[in-house]
Formats: sequence, C-alpha cells, structure tokens
Amino acid sequence: MTNEANFLDPLEIAEAWHRQGRAVALATVIETWGSAPRPVGSHLVIDGEGNFQGSVSGGCVEGAVVVEAADVIASGVPRVLEFGVADETAWRVGLSCGGRIRVYLERIDG
Amino acid sequence: MSTLSELTVKTMELSTLQKLIAARTARRATVVVSDLSSGRAQAFIEGERFPAEWDAAISETLRSGRPALATLNERSLFLNVYLPPPRLVVIGAVHISQALARLAPVAGFDMTIIDPRTAFATIERFQGVELLADWPEDVLPTRPLDRYTALAAVTHDPKIDDYPIRAALDAGCFYVGALGSRKTHATRMERLRSAGVSEEAIGRISAPIGLDIGAASPAEIAVAVLAEIIGALRRRDRGKQEGAA
Repeated sequence: MTNEANFLDPLEIAEAWHRQGRAVALATVIETWGSAPRPVGSHLVIDGEGNFQGSVSGGCVEGAVVVEAADVIASGVPRVLEFGVADETAWRVGLSCGGRIRVYLERIDG
Repeated sequence: MSTLSELTVKTMELSTLQKLIAARTARRATVVVSDLSSGRAQAFIEGERFPAEWDAAISETLRSGRPALATLNERSLFLNVYLPPPRLVVIGAVHISQALARLAPVAGFDMTIIDPRTAFATIERFQGVELLADWPEDVLPTRPLDRYTALAAVTHDPKIDDYPIRAALDAGCFYVGALGSRKTHATRMERLRSAGVSEEAIGRISAPIGLDIGAASPAEIAVAVLAEIIGALRRRDRGKQEGAA
C-alpha cells in the first residue's frame, strides 16, 4: 500500500470515481497483434466528462476510446473497438507502431 | 437458443470491481470472465470453486498469469487475470538493502525489510519502506510469504537467514536468493540438507545472489539482485511450474 503504483491503478481509480458519483467506463485491451505498446489486460478508465487514467496504447488511440466511452456511458451497451493500420479511424488517430489492438469498452454500474 | 435474460445487456457491476480490488489487497489472484456478447462480467478468486464449464479455462489463466480470449459453448469470452502486486522481503537491514529500498518501489515492488539487529534496523536508514526489527521466526507466521513474493537473504548470518530461506522455499516464493560466496553457499546447502530440505528446493536458491554484471558497490549489487528478481517474476511461467510445497 506504500507503493505509488497503487495510486495510479485504473481499477482503484474506477472504484473511487464511482464512489464520487461519477459515471465510469472501463476499457480493456483484449487482443493484440504485432507490436503493441500495452499488453493484453491493460486498462483505461474514463469518466462522463472525458477524464481518463491508465492506458491501452502508448497514447495513440486513447483519444478515440474516450470519445467512444461517452456513448457506452450513455447507453450502457458494451462494445469492442479495433485499432490498426488498416483501419481508417486508427490511421487518423495514429497507431503508428504498426500493431493492431482490440479494446473492450464497458460501463461500470453500481 | 437465447432467452430474454441473455438478450438483456449487462455491464460490469461495481460489486465485481470491488471483489477484485479486495482480493488483490488480500494478495489473492483473481480472474474476471467477461462475456463479450452479453457484457456480463464475473470475478473468480483463486481457491474458490469455479463453474464446471469454465473451470479449465479459469485454472489455466490463473496458472499462466496471462489473460486469454476463449470461445466456450459458442460464447466469446475474455478472461483477464489480476495477480497480487509482487512483494520483496529482504532479510537483513544492511547497506545493500538501503539501495534496494530505493530501487524496489520504483520497479513496482512492495518492500519489507526484516532484521532483529536493532543497530541495523533503524528508521533513519530505511525511510519509505516497511521495516520490522524482529526475528524472521516471529514475523513470518503473521505475515506469510506466498508465490507472488521474492525473498532475498543478505545478512550472511545462518542464525538469521536460514529460517526465512526455508520458509520461502516452502511457500513457493517466485524467487529465493541468498548472499554469500560459493563457499558460504556450499556450507549453507549442507545445513539445509541435514535439516531435511530436498535437493530440488535447494536448487531453487539463487546463489551467489544477483545477475552477474560485475557489481562491486552495494548499490550495484542491489541493481543486480533486483534485475534477477524481475527476471524470475517475468519468466516464471516459462520455467518451473508450482513451488515444491
């Protein structure tokens, strides 16, 4: 508990944000191909205002995930996002490392 | 065949998240199974009874420590695994330990130092890490070692080092290292053998301690020890399976 990493832990942040009454979505890397900056299982937590902590890439696609999170928070319907060089959206947001990732995005409900 | 309840979209419940965080605090490995089509998420803690249809997949994920996608009964599942944060227990509040106390937290380890010699175990020398000025025999029963703990014994003193080394081997610690020359280690191995410790267990002790990088100063030795511990942590599923016990 003395470890600084705990204060940066997306799961504890998600729980704390929810306790503060904020809407919360959790993004999880579920699959990677080629060179991917964050391993499968990595989390990004997003609130209803677009604040976020954690990471699912090296900062390349977080912006797009945060935009999608607003929809997931509104609807409650989880979705799977895919980013890669072949994908026009990803090209725009720039997963420039050449890898491909799939991200599962879900809302946290109390 | 789908029922109404299956069509209802579920989200990750706060209680699932809280169960996960509580298990991690209690140093228990946990698997969260997410059904990617329905959105349902469930948390399973190691040692619990798992649903029969998922038992093999959950057990394998816990063993490997790696998240996995799986298709079971035509349902697309994601199994994420959360291992307890790695812990480093150092026996001996010596100069090397002072350097380790600064390096280990940066690398993500929770660190505890145990040394009954109160002249060594002073707060001034070890700020920011847990320091217990007691015999390992008295400390470890209340703060058990586990598979997610590394133990480094660095006092050179058999009276202090031998007990925790045996406890770490019994607990299946992912790393057990002992400071001392090859000669010191040979006599240590003799003592452990006559105490009934198996050859397999003795073979799991890293000694002389630390990666061979020609480390000379206490700080350099600390780097070599920490690097060896990180190697053991990251490669544990590629090497030996469970600990002896």
